Amino acid sequence: MGPSAVLVELDDLDAVLALHAEIERRRARGWAPSLIDVIPAARTILLDGITDSGAIAAELRGWDVPPAAEPVGPVVDIPCRYDGEDLAAVAALWRVSEREAARRHASGTYRVAFCGFAPGFAYLTGLSEQLAVPRRPSPRTAVPAGSVGVAGTFTGIYPRPSPGGWQIIGRTDAVTWDASQDPPALLAPGTRVRFVDVDR
Amino acid sequence: MTQASGGAGGPEAQPSGAGRASGGAGQAEASVRVERPGALTTVQDAGRPGLAHLGVPRSGALDPAARRLANRLAGNPADAPVLETTLTGVALRFLGAATAAVTGAVAPVRLDGEPVSRGEPVQVGAGQLLDVGRARDGVRSYVAVCGGFAVPQVLGSASTDLLSGLGPAPLTVGQLLAVGAVPGTAAAAPEPARPAPGPGSAAGGGSLGLYVPSAGPVELPIHPGPRHDRLTPAGRATLAGAEFTVAIASNRIALRLHGQGVEQASRGELPSEGIVWGAMQLLPDGNLVVFLADHPTTGGYPVIAVVDQAGGSACAQAAPGAAVRFRMIGGE
Repeated sequence: MGPSAVLVELDDLDAVLALHAEIERRRARGWAPSLIDVIPAARTILLDGITDSGAIAAELRGWDVPPAAEPVGPVVDIPCRYDGEDLAAVAALWRVSEREAARRHASGTYRVAFCGFAPGFAYLTGLSEQLAVPRRPSPRTAVPAGSVGVAGTFTGIYPRPSPGGWQIIGRTDAVTWDASQDPPALLAPGTRVRFVDVDR
Repeated sequence: MTQASGGAGGPEAQPSGAGRASGGAGQAEASVRVERPGALTTVQDAGRPGLAHLGVPRSGALDPAARRLANRLAGNPADAPVLETTLTGVALRFLGAATAAVTGAVAPVRLDGEPVSRGEPVQVGAGQLLDVGRARDGVRSYVAVCGGFAVPQVLGSASTDLLSGLGPAPLTVGQLLAVGAVPGTAAAAPEPARPAPGPGSAAGGGSLGLYVPSAGPVELPIHPGPRHDRLTPAGRATLAGAEFTVAIASNRIALRLHGQGVEQASRGELPSEGIVWGAMQLLPDGNLVVFLADHPTTGGYPVIAVVDQAGGSACAQAAPGAAVRFRMIGGE
């Protein structure tokens, strides 16, 4: 294709996490210094700002990428009050009580797979397939900042007030986006996250 | 890993921040009052590259070649903040003498009512009114002033990002804009007059970035995109041969193109994937979206082509109603 970007297609999110970690390891050692943006997503990684896309694509194919190992580094704790408008609906989908739904959500350790939708909106992976929930039939026009939602096998925190279609199960006072900070986002790809039920 | 394919990338090949003229921290030496803000006038520089993984759009001037030229003419580093107008121009009262320059769309430029040339340095005296009129061809004019417009930076950039709301609000009538210190030190030396890589640096008329209208339809060079294989043979033929029309809903986020629907073999959405400047999505209704500076960082409709960076100025200056054709470059 064209000269300055490569879209790498992968089999699943685990493969994305593994290759993304490998790319960041190599970037830290000076690999592909012209790269401007590396954007992981659900099944792809985009590398934007390269000088020879054919050479990079060939090089990537030759990499021996270790599987996504247990992530290392700090864990960000997110205090959460589980009183969201959709908590009852989510608990019903999970066939448990609202308290048990809160306990299950707060018992996992999640990992930022990728960001998108809005600055600082992190897609957190780690919810099991059994706990997957659909989006709301129609999105809300206004979801408050700090809302904690679930959709599919992802959970996430709305960084700013915005429209949104995820099922809202709780809210947090944690600031996940502050443009005056460096880095501006609390949750970047690879960051591990735990939710802490403030009512327990 | 199942496949890797390339595509034309972002509009800015150089990293941000290099030689930025003014960041709000510099001492303001002059200022400008907005007498007429026009339909939409924003401050733009080279934007916020390198933050897409956090969901932050690249943003920056839609026509980087015009921004660079305006800055060179005004004696600034190429990335200094300039004003970007939309269709109806802008009028500025200079409260101190300054060197200015106007590039971009073909539009009348007047200094206290007297015509002055676009694409040349303009010496503006204290109290004079610089008026950039309605675009006769093209959409966006760029106004640079020596020292750069000194507005607070967000994440290293003065640019207004209309998708995510980062950066200063669009200009309003009566607003005062500070002007940064006149470059002169080694750290703020003017950019040498060489064409920098990026959209519009090699096409759209004028290798130095002065927009020259095309006689017929706007011709955009494109590369096959990662989802080009979704097109039927008829869809490929339409993309390669048909004429499309720039829709009124086009903006800094995307150029929207209507026309004979482009046929695809499958219509399903994809899991969202990363987007680059120039990425062309095919919508379920057969219309096309070409993403520009304020584009979202990810998207779920298939990217069937990517506009080459040489088409950057043409994309920024394609007015609603204009006819557009594509020319496939690079092999399929």
